[in-house]
Amino acid sequence: MLLFLAKGLFRDRSRSLFPLLTCAIGVALVVLMDSYLRGATDAMFNATASFVCGHVRVATRAFEKAGTDATNELALLGVDSVMAELKRDFPDVAWSPRTRFGGLIDVPDSAGNTRVQSPVAGLAVDLSETSPELKTLRLEKSLASGRLPSRPGEILLSDDFARRLGVKLGDKVTLVSSTMNGSIATWNFALSGTVRFGILAMDRGAMIADIKDIQQALDMPDAADQVLGFLPRGQYDDRLASRLAAKYNSVHPDEDKYAPQMETMRWASGLGAMFDIMGAASALIAFIFVTAMAVVLWNAGLMGSLRRYGEIGVRLAIGESKHAVYRSLLAEALLVGLIGSTIGTLVGLALSYYLQEVGLNISGMMPNATMVIDDVLRARIAPTSMVIGFLPGLLATFFGAAISGLGVYKRQTAMLAKELGS
Amino acid sequence: MKNGGGVEDSVVVSTDKLVRTFRVGRSELVALKDVSLEFHRGEFAGLVGPSGSGKTTLLNIIGTLDTPTSGTATVLGERVEKLSPGQAAALRSRQIGFIFQTFNLLPVYSAYENVEFPLLLLGLSSAERRKKVTDALEWVGLADRAKSKPTQLSGGESQRVAIARAVVKRPELVLADEPTANLDAENSHKILQTMVGLNRDLGTTFIFSTHDEKVIRYLRRKISLVDGKVANDEARSPNTD
Ligand SMILES: Nc1ncnc2c1ncn2[C@@H]1O[C@H](COP(=O)(O)OP(=O)(O)OP(=O)(O)O)[C@@H](O)[C@H]1O
Ligand SMILES: [Mg+2]
Repeated sequence: MLLFLAKGLFRDRSRSLFPLLTCAIGVALVVLMDSYLRGATDAMFNATASFVCGHVRVATRAFEKAGTDATNELALLGVDSVMAELKRDFPDVAWSPRTRFGGLIDVPDSAGNTRVQSPVAGLAVDLSETSPELKTLRLEKSLASGRLPSRPGEILLSDDFARRLGVKLGDKVTLVSSTMNGSIATWNFALSGTVRFGILAMDRGAMIADIKDIQQALDMPDAADQVLGFLPRGQYDDRLASRLAAKYNSVHPDEDKYAPQMETMRWASGLGAMFDIMGAASALIAFIFVTAMAVVLWNAGLMGSLRRYGEIGVRLAIGESKHAVYRSLLAEALLVGLIGSTIGTLVGLALSYYLQEVGLNISGMMPNATMVIDDVLRARIAPTSMVIGFLPGLLATFFGAAISGLGVYKRQTAMLAKELGS
Repeated sequence: MKNGGGVEDSVVVSTDKLVRTFRVGRSELVALKDVSLEFHRGEFAGLVGPSGSGKTTLLNIIGTLDTPTSGTATVLGERVEKLSPGQAAALRSRQIGFIFQTFNLLPVYSAYENVEFPLLLLGLSSAERRKKVTDALEWVGLADRAKSKPTQLSGGESQRVAIARAVVKRPELVLADEPTANLDAENSHKILQTMVGLNRDLGTTFIFSTHDEKVIRYLRRKISLVDGKVANDEARSPNTD
């Protein structure tokens, strides 16, 4: 009997192929959408992690508390030992110290007098050859001219910024800032290269220097604002980050306000709400899709049972019970739903995989965009990709048929001969 | 030809003061009125009468598709009005074959598969099914068209497949509501001859509804319905030339 029903199903394309395609296309779209959304979220969060707070970060309690008002006064002392401990206790995480600083860039003329001055947002990172920062900040890729600093006293400036100041490669500039203790600090640097990140905050007036130079310049030996940690898979994982933070903080009790403390990106970035919104957005998209697909498939089911009115009538007259007819409709829907959802999931995964591994370069589509985090569209496949399309596809097909198929029970056998007669 | 059995055993269908009314708006329409009939095993009987006289309504009740408003209908020992829908379906599935005016073959299935369908409902093994389907297609002279789809069959051929489908499970009773209404004279005769042959060889009881003279000629019993009442019930000798 099953074989018989299967034969009918596959021979009748409007019963199999059309709903199957509807289901597969819907499922593929939702899988793709879901992994694209995850990829876009990743890109956004990764930019935040790379440029702002890492996946986890260690800073003093006072620094953490001060938030955006934090100054170098609140920096972490004894960074070398903090780093040593972190590398020992969390060897899988890439750790790197950073210091943010503000000040003025003073560009002298040939006589040594100030030609032009401009406020600057400084970022001190480890620029040594083996530093993970080269990758984290995508420095090589972002280089607009020149080269990365390789000698003490060399810095990078935002490309636009350097042009505005009229500073050329190799030119000397002076940083005027303040030391950890609040006195004036000045230090000379040479421009080795310019960078363009595609992030407004970093491209307007930024200076990137080696942290060793800045420790000297700002008189903060063995100190840094924060130590950023990047999780192994390059992806923020809130649960893992929370676990690491809890472990670290349990051995670093709240002794004083300069005691180190580990924060996760979720809290350090202030993006906690954003994480939830992105999660909710995925759920919402899946929900809208399920509803839309259920309506479409329900309709298809209704049209199908209209079209099959005669066939079902004959089957009832010949003596198939209504339950058996209804069950066969459900079985057909289950089969179509299973195959459609499987195909849809595979297609969706294949497309997502392409976006994940190769990406879609859209830089040509928006040449003037300033907020582009990454001009390559990316997706990320996650375990949920397997079910986020599959289950709704299967369920919508199944329940669509289950609801429309109830019409079988409304059929009056007394009318069958009349219906079948004409 | 009678197939053994005692006297009461040979009664296949009996109705007693059968009444069927329909609500039409506020009024009641009496489709069948005090119909008391008996059909014996192996009969080849026809309900004849003008349109609206209640032929289909009576066949519906005998076929357990409908239930009487009052009176009783006993089909193969079962009281129709007391059967649950499931029991009625089971009785139809095992013992009653239907032939419709518009052949009603299942569209995507071959002739063979259409005939096989009632046997699948009965859960027969594939070997049994193959034997019975092949036999049935031979009875109706369509063994060579087993693989054809309904769209590839003529009206007469389709109706013969429908007959094969109705008799393949060797039912006690075959009900045919105007089986020739959509066929030309030649095909009508072929169909009737096929059914006469099955009635003779298998002993199956046939009850028709018709107002087709060509069918009436083959009947061995002619029951005339007028306004839902039995106006005449006569045995006759068929004229099958
Ligand atoms: N479901 C129904 N609801 C209302 N009236 C009905 C219904 N079924 C049949 N009738 C009425 O009952 C009467 C008998 O109908 P029936 O179909 O049995 O006639 P018939 O002899 O088969 O006619 P025909 O030769 O045209 O097929 C008719 O007046 C018909 O309108
Ligand atoms: Mg009729």
